[in-house]
Amino acid sequence: MKASNAQWKGQLGSQIPNQLGAELDVFEHEIALKQQGKIEDRVFAETRLRRGAYGQRYDNGQRADGKATRTLNYPSTNTKGPGTLWDAPGMQRIKIPFGGLNASRLEMLADLCEEYSDGIAHVTTRQDFQLHYIHIEDTPTIMRRLASVGITTREACGNSVRNVTACPIAGVCREQSFDVTPYARAIAYFMLGHPDAQAFGRKFKIAFSGCKENACGLVRLHDFGAIAVTRKTGGETRRGFELWVGGGLGPVPQQAKLYDEFVPEEEILPVAQAIGRVFAQLGEKKNRNTARLKFLVSKLGIVEFKRLVQAEREILQHDPRWTAYLKDIPTSAELPLKSPALLQIEPVFPHGFERWRATNVYTQLQPGYATVTIALPLGDITASQLRLVADLSRRYVRETIRSTVEQNLVLRWVSEADLPALFTDLERGHLASPVAGTVVDVASCPGTDTCKLGIASSRGLAGELRVRLAEKGAELDESIRGLRIKISGCFNSCGQHHVADLGFYGVSRNKNGYTVPHFQVVLGGEWTNNAGAYGLAIGAVPSKRIPETVDRITGRYVAERAPSETFQAFIKRIGKTECKKMIEEFTAVPRHDEDPSFYSDWGDPREFTLGDIGVGECAGEVIAPIDFELVACEREVFEAQLKLESGDIPQAAAMAYESMLHGALALLRVKHLPVESGADNIVEGFRKHFFDTELFFDPFVRGKFAQDLFKAHENAGQPRTLETTHQLIEEAQLFIEACFSCYARISAAPVMAPA
Amino acid sequence: MLRPHIRRARDGSRMIDPNTVQHVNVKVFLKEPQALNLADVVPIFHRWIREGFLQEMLVDVADYRHVEAGPGVLLIGHEANYSLDNRENRLGLLYNRKASLDGTFQERLSQAYRAAIAACDRLEQEDIFRGILKFDRDTLDVFVNDRLLAPNTEESWQGLRGELEAFFQGFAIERQGEPRDLFRVAVTRR
Repeated sequence: MKASNAQWKGQLGSQIPNQLGAELDVFEHEIALKQQGKIEDRVFAETRLRRGAYGQRYDNGQRADGKATRTLNYPSTNTKGPGTLWDAPGMQRIKIPFGGLNASRLEMLADLCEEYSDGIAHVTTRQDFQLHYIHIEDTPTIMRRLASVGITTREACGNSVRNVTACPIAGVCREQSFDVTPYARAIAYFMLGHPDAQAFGRKFKIAFSGCKENACGLVRLHDFGAIAVTRKTGGETRRGFELWVGGGLGPVPQQAKLYDEFVPEEEILPVAQAIGRVFAQLGEKKNRNTARLKFLVSKLGIVEFKRLVQAEREILQHDPRWTAYLKDIPTSAELPLKSPALLQIEPVFPHGFERWRATNVYTQLQPGYATVTIALPLGDITASQLRLVADLSRRYVRETIRSTVEQNLVLRWVSEADLPALFTDLERGHLASPVAGTVVDVASCPGTDTCKLGIASSRGLAGELRVRLAEKGAELDESIRGLRIKISGCFNSCGQHHVADLGFYGVSRNKNGYTVPHFQVVLGGEWTNNAGAYGLAIGAVPSKRIPETVDRITGRYVAERAPSETFQAFIKRIGKTECKKMIEEFTAVPRHDEDPSFYSDWGDPREFTLGDIGVGECAGEVIAPIDFELVACEREVFEAQLKLESGDIPQAAAMAYESMLHGALALLRVKHLPVESGADNIVEGFRKHFFDTELFFDPFVRGKFAQDLFKAHENAGQPRTLETTHQLIEEAQLFIEACFSCYARISAAPVMAPA
Repeated sequence: MLRPHIRRARDGSRMIDPNTVQHVNVKVFLKEPQALNLADVVPIFHRWIREGFLQEMLVDVADYRHVEAGPGVLLIGHEANYSLDNRENRLGLLYNRKASLDGTFQERLSQAYRAAIAACDRLEQEDIFRGILKFDRDTLDVFVNDRLLAPNTEESWQGLRGELEAFFQGFAIERQGEPRDLFRVAVTRR
């Protein structure tokens, strides 16, 4: 904890808006009260989460060190949430609405990451920044210093409206209908702390996109996604939004449903408010696993949901903020610093300039200007790099900087004639990597590096793939240069693996008496068209063989693709059976004594274990048959995908459901429990011995996966749609993953070699 | 402009009170940085956590090898972080004191210096580095990782210069960086 904390409040005084300053005083008092034991853990946890102060891995005081799980003896026994120790370092998330930054904000982030964190500011897949290894007692000062440059961390987490995202090239995009920036800004501050957005059962994510075709806004994976459209009425062009609701990734990904083809611009804020009220009133509160808006939209159906929202909209009291910002739009657009000037053909450009220009420079709608992407490795940037970007944003543009969902930064309104000089300046700070939007620019969530939920090292794998692909450099075939790789450390999808060309999410497998880090390979996702399609997992591959898997899949695409065939079209054409065949040779795990490297994760030499995510105690022996049975279940899920692909929806649904039953049966057998045949008996046996006892419970989503089985059982044989079957297959896949995890817990896979 | 604890010197000049300064950092540079593969440090830091090698409570390892001229590989602790830090592409062992310490500035500086040197000694003794890794104990940087207690200003320099000279006798001490940077001095043996 910093010795200067007490002095910052007085130091910053007038630089902090009064209301925000008062809120931060309250937060500071709550910290003091918690230290005195006067606030319950759960209440304080939600309080700090709503300020963006998260827990981090090992904050339960347990850490697996490669030999055993040991207790971390933090000085204080106080807690800052259930099972979360006071002194354990945490993460501070910093909301940046629509990614909008300026030089002083970057300088502040530089100071904070240096003084309170580990020297790195991390850009997330939702345009936020994150600082890691933060002490809870430093957070009010961090928040005050951020407030002094116009940044709030309020509602960066918790059951609230999260960061509002938008295309980083909004306003300068050649394809946009219009600039969505003012709308994104307006809704972000309108919904911040709004009384109608305080009683949600779960988070609520908003995104804006300027066009339908491109992906910058990823509208269709959001709770509330707005695409800019115009409509001509009586000779007048009106602005509005095609509004999508109920999208989301996570364990049960769902694409948003079309709410309305045209919500007029003056209605976008009140409609958001009305949706918030419906979500707060009718959304699930007790079971957080079914509390996102997507579940409510699915339950009600889009027609009924819309009717309820419209009814709510009609009774809303008029709020002048709904439209007050609209009058400022014509005069609020960003301005360039320099005059427009085309890039002059120079005798010799700086070395590497043209390659960088090809990937990192976007020609703006406005002639003579370009937007430059600064590609950050794994979204990480140092304090000195942040200050350099701040300096360059003053020198070349009018501080027009944004963060992106691809974990990069952009400088907008660069006069094209300045590009060579800007390139040289960026190179000086190691910020001119020519990989923006290419296969080398791998995106990843924090994974096991810092996240409590992480199963496998997404950042470790991302770093490895980045190095290997960058080494290939010019050798990379043009057709794969533009593919996107996205990696999540677990099924929660923070790395957005569902919408990548090549997506991966971390899982584990028991092999030869050890727990081995694996990644599920997800193919078929679509990044374009605002995340137009979600991919499905085709099989789990050991972490250490993912690079070879990537080589095999991309190599085959290069060799066999038809002229101008996209990667998605190629995957669809060859079919999932072929895709699975491609990865099968990489699924084998050598014995530990043959190659121990398979038993640790990328960038982490410790022997791999699930112990770090706080799972339970040893309760039995390792029993080999279940390994085969669960693998068979995975195969059944895969075959269900094939049936779905062939259009046989009833069979696909039946197979997915059967795979869940077989997974449940396999676990019952592990416990040597007598089970009579028949689905009812299996489900009841599973409920009694694994659900009621909480043995099957995941430490974070609790009984969600079991409930998916119960739901599938209840609905067995009922007619299903393509979408509900797709969802059932996702649920079956995750149920089988949960069976693997449960098995790992009850067999307590040894961290040390068995005697 | 930040306003730390300011006092007047005998000559009337303004200076910070050195004894209010906490979070002293010491970085000891490597003699031959090219001899070190940072990947080799990762398992060593994990082992140090496991075996409780250092006096402070150790928590985690953070690996930023993918960031050029960045913080390198860090051993995150409760009271302090240790890292093979590569800022400005100058590789060295950085001791970053996070927890406050009682006593005077001299005592805090002494603690940070000794902790940094002890970690250098340990690293040099690691099997994989023996005879290869050498820290230059005559070339150091001293930082104060708190812009409010010691901004990189003339007042901080005036307040800390004498303290630093008293501690590093026989060394040249030179203030570094620009106003936005942490207060930092380069310490080199004369």
